[in-house]
Amino acid sequence: MTRRIAVVAAGLSDPSSTRMLADKLVQAVFAELDARGIEREARVFELRDVAHDITNNLLTGFAPKDLAEVNEYVANADALIAVTPIFSTSYSGLFKSWLDVLDREAIEGTPVLLGATAGTARHSLAIDYAMRPLFTYLHAEPVSTGVFAASSDWGAEADQVAPLQKRIDRAAGELADRLTGSTGVEKVDPFAPEAYLGGGSSFEDLLTNLPSRG
Amino acid sequence: MNDNNTTWQGMQFGLMSVSDITRNPITGETPSEAQRIRDAVTIAKHAEEAGLDVFAIGEHHNPPFFSSSPTTLLAAIAAQTERLLVSTSTTLITTNDPVKIAEDYAMLQHVSEGRMDLMMGRGNTGPVYPWFGKDIRQGLPLAIENYQLLHRLWREDVVDFEGKFRTALNGFTSTPRPLDDVAPFVWHGSIRTPEIAEQAAYYGDGFFANNIFWPKEHYQRLINLYRQRYAHYGHGAPEQAIVGLGGQAFMAKKSQDAIDQFRPYFNAAPVYGNGPSMEDFTEMTPLTVGSPQQVIDRYAAMRDHFGDYQRQLFLVDHAGLPLKMVLEQIDFLGQDVVPVLRRELQKNRPSNVPDAPTHAALVKAKYGDKEPRQPRPNANRGDNVTGGSPYQDTESSFGSAANK
Repeated sequence: MTRRIAVVAAGLSDPSSTRMLADKLVQAVFAELDARGIEREARVFELRDVAHDITNNLLTGFAPKDLAEVNEYVANADALIAVTPIFSTSYSGLFKSWLDVLDREAIEGTPVLLGATAGTARHSLAIDYAMRPLFTYLHAEPVSTGVFAASSDWGAEADQVAPLQKRIDRAAGELADRLTGSTGVEKVDPFAPEAYLGGGSSFEDLLTNLPSRG
Repeated sequence: MNDNNTTWQGMQFGLMSVSDITRNPITGETPSEAQRIRDAVTIAKHAEEAGLDVFAIGEHHNPPFFSSSPTTLLAAIAAQTERLLVSTSTTLITTNDPVKIAEDYAMLQHVSEGRMDLMMGRGNTGPVYPWFGKDIRQGLPLAIENYQLLHRLWREDVVDFEGKFRTALNGFTSTPRPLDDVAPFVWHGSIRTPEIAEQAAYYGDGFFANNIFWPKEHYQRLINLYRQRYAHYGHGAPEQAIVGLGGQAFMAKKSQDAIDQFRPYFNAAPVYGNGPSMEDFTEMTPLTVGSPQQVIDRYAAMRDHFGDYQRQLFLVDHAGLPLKMVLEQIDFLGQDVVPVLRRELQKNRPSNVPDAPTHAALVKAKYGDKEPRQPRPNANRGDNVTGGSPYQDTESSFGSAANK
């Protein structure tokens, strides 16, 4: 079964280092999956392309067509690679706005590879103090290695001890491990009676199982 | 108007109002509450004159809305009309006491002589819950339990009730009993909650999707679910479920005039202003801004997506539109749009699809040709608490309280 990987990059310029990191991550994950003999496909989405849609969704409560397509692919994907620039010590506002309009259940149980970019390596912990709690809240399953790329990682001043590619490969291996042997994330249809009736078969189950007064 | 059109009972057409008091973006003036309430009565009366069937009003408990007391307004409208059916869009089943809903709407049913029904909803204003002593996280359980009680209060003379959210009732009789002892018809309105579609299906009630502000696909899956579950609970085939839809339109004889006239109101509207362009919004949602023919085309096609349905309501009095423009919109609906929709939607409608719900039809279904029950209370001896029925036509000397 082909594993589907959604890649979401929140970089604002074109080309952006955030997109470059996303591309390197997906290449590495592909290589790891290929080595394990697992078929894979990926789609890369840049939030810049749907930035107006995200704002409109915030204002109207529904996703215009292009954004709906992104969100549908993400919700049905077996894994997510999420990469954001770090602005003012955290994920970008656009990245958060996108997650704010994504269906709350969309990435429940989905393995996620976290990536971030910024001007200097001093922001590298933002993956762990900002991004990771957000994905935990959404009940996604971020792998333990997040990949942070500072501007210097793209040039001669790069980290020689733990070079970017090494960190990418480690994270990609972790994500590939999650996808190996798993049969993919089982998505529950919220409109299936067994889902919203809490396993019951009749509305009477809702009548008799009312929670106690809050 | 074609008489054949108005005699067709299959569908009801009308208006639904949010009751917003919105600044007119062109004049800069905001109507007073007094003005807007007077206008609501004028709008409803005009709807009847124009040949529409229904006027529904929302319920809100905060400015800039005026409709905190829908039954008072609807009673006034019913008193000034002959034929118009008054309804709600919606009545808050979460924060209102179901006992008070039972009493208020039974009263409305009497004074309107059956020209009413109502729609249950959970509301969209968070603080309303704490203002009424409720917890918004319990919104759905409240809707489920409260409606269960409301349903019983209209069908049982004496109710014993113990629930999670409300003071227990022992030997309680909701008065007046419903007109002809037939409970008002109930719609359940929801835009995203499958449990509410399930609830409507379980009771065999109507289901209403407001069908405005969002793409119609959002509502399609709820209505499909409601139809399937309606059949599951044995009320009939899926196509026999009772479906209502909202809609939104602004018209002028020439399409471009409609666009030019409506744009300033659209751009400043609280719901979608500063969001998508009017062109994008009209493409993505059922809002149609154009000629009456464009509105006819858009809404005649709704049944292709939702199945044959029973009620179509339009939102026309919002976003600061002045009364004169609202009345013009009602004229377009009454003269140009609804007569054609009635004609078109009658065509190829399967014979097993039920007509729109009316009090007369519910009475007929319950009693056939027999006289409806007219409850007359006994002299006040507290019978319903001490054991006997409070009504003369009920023989039992043991009320439900006595069985405890």
